[in-house]
Parts: sequence; structure tokens; C-alpha cells
Amino acid sequence: MLKKFDKKDEEAGGGANPFQQLEKSSVLQEARVFNETPINPRKCAHILTKILYLINQGEYMGVTEATEAFFAMTKLFQSNDSTLRRMCYLTIKEMSCIAEDVIIVTSSLTKDMTGKDDNYRGPAVRALCTITDSTMLQAIERYMKQAIVDKVPSVSSSALVSSLHLLKTSFEVVKRWVNEAQEAASSDNIMVQYHALGLLYHVRKNDRLAVNKMISKFTRHGLKSPFAYCLMIRVACKLLEEENGSHDSPLFDFIESCLRNKHEMVIYEAACAIVNLANCTAKELAPAVSVLQLFCSSPKAALRYAAVRTLNKVAMKHPSAVTACNLDLENLVTDSNRSIATLAITTLLKTGSESSIDRLMKQISSFMSEISDEFKVVVVQAISALCQKYPRKHAVMMSFLFTMLREEGGFEYKRAIVDCIINIIEDNPESKETGLSHLCEFIEDCEFTVLATRILHLLGQEGSRTSNPSKYIRFIYNRVILENEEVRAGAVSALAKFGAQNEDMLPSILILLRRCVMDDDNEVRDRATFYLSVLEQKQKALNASYILNGLTVSIPGLERALQQYTLEPSDKPFDLKSVPLATTSVTDQRAESKPVTAVRKPEKLVASRQEIFQEQLASVPEFKDLGPLFKSSVEPVALTESETEYVVRCTKHTFVNHMVFQFDCTNTLNDQVLENVTVQMEPTDGYEVVCCIPAKCLSYNQPGTCYTLVSLPEEDPTAVTCTLSCVMKFTVKDCDPNTGDTDEEGYEDEYVLEDIEVTVADHIQKVLKPNFSAAWDEVGDEYEKEETFTLSSIKTLEEAVGNIVKFLGMQPCERSDKVPENKNAHALLLAGVFRGGHDIMVRSRLVLTDTVTMQVTARSKEELPVDVVIASVG
Amino acid sequence: MEALILEPSLYTVKAVLILDNDGDRLFAKYYDETYPSVKEQKAFEKNIFNKTHRTDSEIALLEGLTVVYKSSIDLYFYVIGSSYENELMLMAVLNCLFDSLSQMLRKNVEKRALLENMEGLFLAVDEIVDGGVILESDPQQVVHRVALRGEDVPLTEQTVSQVLQSAKEQIKWSLLR
Repeated sequence: MLKKFDKKDEEAGGGANPFQQLEKSSVLQEARVFNETPINPRKCAHILTKILYLINQGEYMGVTEATEAFFAMTKLFQSNDSTLRRMCYLTIKEMSCIAEDVIIVTSSLTKDMTGKDDNYRGPAVRALCTITDSTMLQAIERYMKQAIVDKVPSVSSSALVSSLHLLKTSFEVVKRWVNEAQEAASSDNIMVQYHALGLLYHVRKNDRLAVNKMISKFTRHGLKSPFAYCLMIRVACKLLEEENGSHDSPLFDFIESCLRNKHEMVIYEAACAIVNLANCTAKELAPAVSVLQLFCSSPKAALRYAAVRTLNKVAMKHPSAVTACNLDLENLVTDSNRSIATLAITTLLKTGSESSIDRLMKQISSFMSEISDEFKVVVVQAISALCQKYPRKHAVMMSFLFTMLREEGGFEYKRAIVDCIINIIEDNPESKETGLSHLCEFIEDCEFTVLATRILHLLGQEGSRTSNPSKYIRFIYNRVILENEEVRAGAVSALAKFGAQNEDMLPSILILLRRCVMDDDNEVRDRATFYLSVLEQKQKALNASYILNGLTVSIPGLERALQQYTLEPSDKPFDLKSVPLATTSVTDQRAESKPVTAVRKPEKLVASRQEIFQEQLASVPEFKDLGPLFKSSVEPVALTESETEYVVRCTKHTFVNHMVFQFDCTNTLNDQVLENVTVQMEPTDGYEVVCCIPAKCLSYNQPGTCYTLVSLPEEDPTAVTCTLSCVMKFTVKDCDPNTGDTDEEGYEDEYVLEDIEVTVADHIQKVLKPNFSAAWDEVGDEYEKEETFTLSSIKTLEEAVGNIVKFLGMQPCERSDKVPENKNAHALLLAGVFRGGHDIMVRSRLVLTDTVTMQVTARSKEELPVDVVIASVG
Repeated sequence: MEALILEPSLYTVKAVLILDNDGDRLFAKYYDETYPSVKEQKAFEKNIFNKTHRTDSEIALLEGLTVVYKSSIDLYFYVIGSSYENELMLMAVLNCLFDSLSQMLRKNVEKRALLENMEGLFLAVDEIVDGGVILESDPQQVVHRVALRGEDVPLTEQTVSQVLQSAKEQIKWSLLR
């Protein structure tokens, strides 16, 4: 049969694939030959090859047919032909997860693994370990231990690697083989050493002391295997990272010494490790950078690639460290491997001077079409960083970005470009008009709904405030006519913003919106109707609160509150102020640019932190009547040193009239169990402790949570700040760390924690008002207060802005937290919601002379928030 | 890009692929669940082939993975690892695979010869990578361990076409010399 195909293909013109037309059923038919005696090894091996080839091609094999073929194959163990036997091992491994009852070959494999023929033993160990489960493993444990220390490297390596695979299922059994692995680690064979160290590390990785010992032992004697060195470097790096301390340790010295290893693999691994270490100083980086520089001129493409990719990473954090390599990088710009060239250029863009940018941009646009999307994103990110560094160059960048935007590309790539353009527009007011008009052109022909709606939103927000807003209307209205419903809805919202912002355009906007009322889609119609009726009122305050600044509540919170409301009908109208506010702030998100490689990760919709807290708190009966959660502090505050017996961290939750302090406690002593853990708080001023909810039991390394409820002062509502001293009280019971048996008797004990500060920021939730001036006017000046302060200790405007934002815990609007360079005056615009649900707006004008003088104006619809803010600043 | 510190692991290789000059799979072994279904695997192979078959630059970054590759006549060899992996380790695997095959196929690394030695290929890959762990990186050792019977097939067991084929090969090589 085979020959026939061969011949036919020969006529078709060479390059035949004898396996091409194989059919599963006929191959499995052929497998009957296995039952013949005497066995024809060559023929049988060929049939096994065919079966493996089919599996390899992704052919589906049913359980019954696989089991049948598998059992037929077991007959082949009678033959002593070495190739045939080896093919049997492979088939066993491949079929171990398809066929049933594969353990039937255990005895044959055990025989081979302890037999005389070294060629069989290694593969037999590997095959055996793929078919055993944890119960069977006990039976072959003795043989495995022997195999690990076998003097034949292939047997030892096989046993070690198989043990590593088995760790996942039978950790407890494999753990007992540590002594054998230890012995194998001193082997002369490089692979055996590597595998043994790998196994040792995986067994001990939860025991930091043992890992530390292992490293110091093996690094002192030096290793034979470059692979083992690479592994040890990674382990050392991980330990360094966990210690989080200085790089003045033997671990770092070890990594650095690997820079002088004779294997390129090790040198590169070490350089890479140093570069990736957090908080590395320029001095520590220098030797790593200089070996990478040498690699840049290597004849091996992989090495050049590796080097330039790592240098690129360095350039993100320490551009000056890479400047020395600029010459070498210049040479790589014309590299035939486009990946290398791209990385070289993007690195140069980060390190080079302003004058070289034009040239590099020209160079890179010449082969932009040849590189893969992943790298295009890298290029865009580099450009984005560059724009922030050299704002004057934005015209060059902008035109380059738009050329790229017009070309073919995937979603990730296009999104990166759009993100970058939006950043430029936000940073450079003078580029706004050109940028917006380019984006308008882009949405004329944009296949990605997400991008189109995003740009429409931006147009609504920014376009309506330009000098000539009417020119954008055509582009936006075209979307209403031509696009799918999501884009149409976005376009309607954008139109409404133009109408709300510009009175002279209102009549025409109203006409356009009336046309949208007849749309096919519900959402589009709803939006159009809503905006139309708001705009027809012609009231600025309505425009501001319903069109220009949208809802600030958290959507899942709103959903839950509404559901609750419908379940328990009451005469009172639904109060939007009872809904928790959204916690995300738009400006914080753009700073972190995602790494290119994370693209494949599935993006899950994670419930926000506040949602999680809300759920947790709602499950405590004592907190039922507190009302909705207003705010949770962003970062838990540590109340203990990190290395003490007990680790306690506190999160503050603010409610309308109460605060809940959540204490996450961890017991780091393995010979103690803590029971009935509470934190007693001693407040000053008008604060009163209402109750403590204890954590029932804290066993070793199992975090537990206890709460303390405190009511806020009622007589003097402006006294919002407070200091609370904390003591943890608990019952200690000793226990045996090995068995976990706990003593019956315990004794009372206490542990003093650090004080907790309640600040103004705990009472104010950040809210982003996209259109500050509209919101400012909406609040009105009924309760406006103004005061002037001198900040004598602050020397720069940036510092002052940072301090104020941090102190008040309010959201900077209109990007006013960025102080333009070389300016002596700045206006900071802050928005937030005070506990109880009242908007509070702060406008603070800062003037820099020798010190910073600040004029604060605060507005709210209530008097209290204004008083609190003004009083706290002073 | 902060979480770059690699979890120290021996699981280096995510996949080993051999494609022919149409981009069809001759051999493929995936060692983890990056591409769980055959459909995804084939799509990935297609992508990889399109991006690499025209250039001879041995390394690329694709779909967030580092791919090192090498071509010989009508064969394309790929070794794939995580993008955080040491590229030189992957290169060591690729070189070992290629050199072992080259020795086993008597420097005649092309599709036809490979297909006639499929079992040799299966065994060699099995000796080089085991479940994603690099088992051996020295081609000499690999060839030794595969220990495939040489071409000492008794003439009586050879088919006519095999005899003709080997004769053709010999003539070809003598002409090239």
C-alpha cells in the first residue's frame, strides 16, 4: 500500500510524503500484525511509527480503538529488537492519556528499567513514570531511588526529570527521594546535575532556609552545567526579590560573578537577571550592560536579539545606562532580522538625543510593514514615551502615527496608536486640533467598534471646546448614519455634548438629535430622547450634571441598590446618594502600559476592591445598619514590622456615620494558635468604639480578619481627624508544629500595635469630573469659602500639588495635577464627594515665589464639607 | 513589566515543531496548555510559518512567545518558549535537534530523508525534551542513545524502490563531490 503511494507521488514530482494519505482505520487494521509470531520487528516498528504520526497530526483516537491497539502492542515486548522496544515506550507515553488500563505494562517496564541494557533503562523509567499514579508509585519507589543515583547519566537524568513531573501528583512520595537527588547533584554529568538541582529546588521551594543553603553550597564549589547555573541564577534572583533588601548580599555577588562565566548562556542569564532586579543602581547595572553590549556584535542572531531586547528593557528605566551602547545599537538598525532592527531603533529612540529622532523615524518607517504586530506595538510605545520626553517633536510623531494608523493592522496595534495619539493630545494643547481632525478621518473607516466609540467620546469632550467645534459635527453625524448601534449611540452622546457646550450650535444639534429619535436601536433612541429633552430645557445646571459630567456612582453598586429598592418598595423616591461611588480614576490607568507579551492573557472582569469589601462587610451582622459603604482606604496600612511574630494590616472603611477598621492578621509562629483575636482601640476626641468583632482562630500562616466598629463624633462634625491607639488581644494556645495538635489550655496575651490615623482623605471619595467648570457652576457659590495660606516648607509647585492631592484625597480634574514646566503659577482643580454624598469642589491657585502661596476656594451644596476642607488645610 | 522575575523552573520548552515548505505539520509536540486544541495549534503553526519562511533570521517574537527557528532545504525547525525564557537555552535545544538529525540523516536534512526516518525523529525528540524539560543538549549523546540501526538493512529485506533510491542518492552525492 505504501509503495503504491510512493510511486504515485514520485510521478507527481518528488518530495513525497509516505504518511500523507494514511487513514486511521487502515493503520489500526494493520496493527493486527502485532499478534503474529514470529514478530517482524521492522514491520511492527513501522506500524507504530504510523500510529504515532497520526496522533502527532492531531488525529482523534477513541478510547476503545486506542485500548485495542495498546493491548496488541504489549505483545511486542516479546521481541528484543531495540528500535521496536523504544517505539513501544513512545507509544505507551503517547497513549497513556487515551487508552485504558495502561498500567498493565508496569511489570514489563520495571523489568527493562532494572535490566542490563542501558539503552532501554532511561526511556523505560520515563515511560513507567507516565503511567503510574501515586498508589502505584509506592511499589516502584525502591527502583526509582536506585535509578536516581545510577551511574549511567541517561538513567539518572530520566529518573530525575520523571520525579519532577511526578511532583505535581505525588509530592509526598517524591519528597522522600531528596537524599538521592542530593547525591546526583554532585554528578559529573552536566545534565544530571541540572536535573537534580531542579528537583531539589522544586521540593524545597517553600523552605527559604533550605534553598538558601542549597545555593550557597553549590555556588561555592562551582557548577559544571551551564543550565544549572541558569537555574541557580533564577533561584538567587527570586530570593533577592523576596528579601527585598539591598543587593549587598552573597546572592548578588554570585549573580555578578556569573557575568564572567565561560558560557554565553550563563552570562546572558546573569545580565538579564541583574537588569530585571527591582531598584538596581546604575553602578550595579554597568557590568551587565557592558556584556550585553559585547553580545550586540555577535554573529549569532539569537544572541544579538537577546541582548538588544534586554537593553531595550534597561532603557525603559535607566536610559542613561544604555547610552554607552548607542554606537553598537546603530549598527543593528540595519540588521537583516527585522525584530533586532526594531528593538535597536526603539532602544535608540529612548536613549538618543532629540536631534537623531527624525533620522530614526525615517529609518523605521521604511520597514514598518515587514514586522509583526507585536513589534509594531513596541514601536508605538517607544514613540509614546518619546513624546513625553520631547514634547516639541510631537508634530513629527503625530504624522508618523497617522501614517501607521492608515495601514493594515490588528486591534492591539491600532489601539496602541490611538492611545498614544490621545496621550499626545492631552499633553500638548497645541496639537489638539490636528490630532482630533486626524482621528476624525480615522473613524471614517474604522472596523473596531471599541476604538470608534472611544474616539467619539474624546471628540465630544475635547472637540466641543475647540475654537471651531462645528467642523467635527459632520464626522460625528456620519457615524450616526453609517455605523452599527454601539457606534451610533456613542455618536449621539458626542453630539449632545456639543449642544450642551455651545449655545450657538444648539438649534442644529437639536435637529440632528430629533432625527436620531427614529433610530432602529433602543439604546440609540433612548439616548437621543433623553439628551433632547435635557437640552430643550436650556438650563446650564442640567446640562452640566446630565450631559457634560456623567454618573459617578459605581455601576454594579447602582444595580444592587436598585434591586434592593424594587424588592422593598417604599414611598420614598430612590436616593442616588445611597449608591457607592465608582473608585476607578481614569488618569491613573494610563500610566501603566501593558507589556507586549501579556497580550494573550484572557481579560477577566474583576470585581473592584470596594465591591469585594462591601460583600465581606455585608456578611457581618453587626454592620447591617450602617448604610452603604462610602469609601475604603486604598492601601492596607501595616501596623507591625514585617518580620515580627504577628503581622497585622489595617484597612479603613468609611460609612455615613461610622468607620469600620478591618484588621488582617497573620500568625507567623508555627507553634502557636491564637483564638478570639480582637483589636482594642483607644480613640481621642469624639470618636467612640461601638463593638469589636473577633477573629475566631488564627492558626499558623492562615490569615484571619477581625473588625472594630467606631462611631464618628456627632456634636462636632468638623472634627474628622483622629488618632487611635491599638492593642491586639487574644488567647494563646501552644501547639506542636509537626502534628498540629493544640493544647487545651490557653492564656490571655496582648500585643501593642502602631497607631492609626484618620485623615480628611478618609472622608472624601475621588470623583472625576471631565468638565470641571460646568460642575463648578452647577454646585453654585452658596457655600463658598476662600482662604489663603503660605506653604513655607515647600519649594516647588509639583511638590505642593502632590501634597494637596494626597492630603485631601480628591481627584484632580482637567489634568491639573500636571504642572507645566517653567511656570510660576498654577491652578489645581479637585473634585470629590464628601461622606454623606455631597459634591465638594476645590480650586486652589498656587503661586511660586520663594515659597508657595496657595489660595484655596472650596464649594459644596452643604456647609459642612467646605468647613472641613478649609479647616483641615489650615 | 514588573513581574519579570522568572519562577525558577526546568520547564523551558513549550513546543517543538517541524514544518515542510508548504507550512504543513510534519512533527509537532506541545508540552503545555498554551494551545490546547488541534485547531489552535494549526492556526499557530500557520502564523509562525507565514512570519518566518521568507526570512532566514533565526529568532522571532510571535503571539507573545519566543520562537527560534532554522531551515534546511524543505524543512523548517522551530523551538518555542515563553518570551521571558533565556533565548540561548531554546537555541541550544534547536541546535541539538538539528545536529542530531543531521548526523542521523547523514547530513541529508530534507523532507524525504526525514520521512523515511520518522522513528528516528520521534526517538531523538524524546531524548532531547521530556515534557518540556531539556533532557539532553549534546547531539552526540542523543544519537548514541537513539542508537538506531544504521542502514545495514539486509539487501533481501529492501524493496526495489528502496534499492533504487539509495543508488540514486549515491550517484547524486558522487556528482556533487
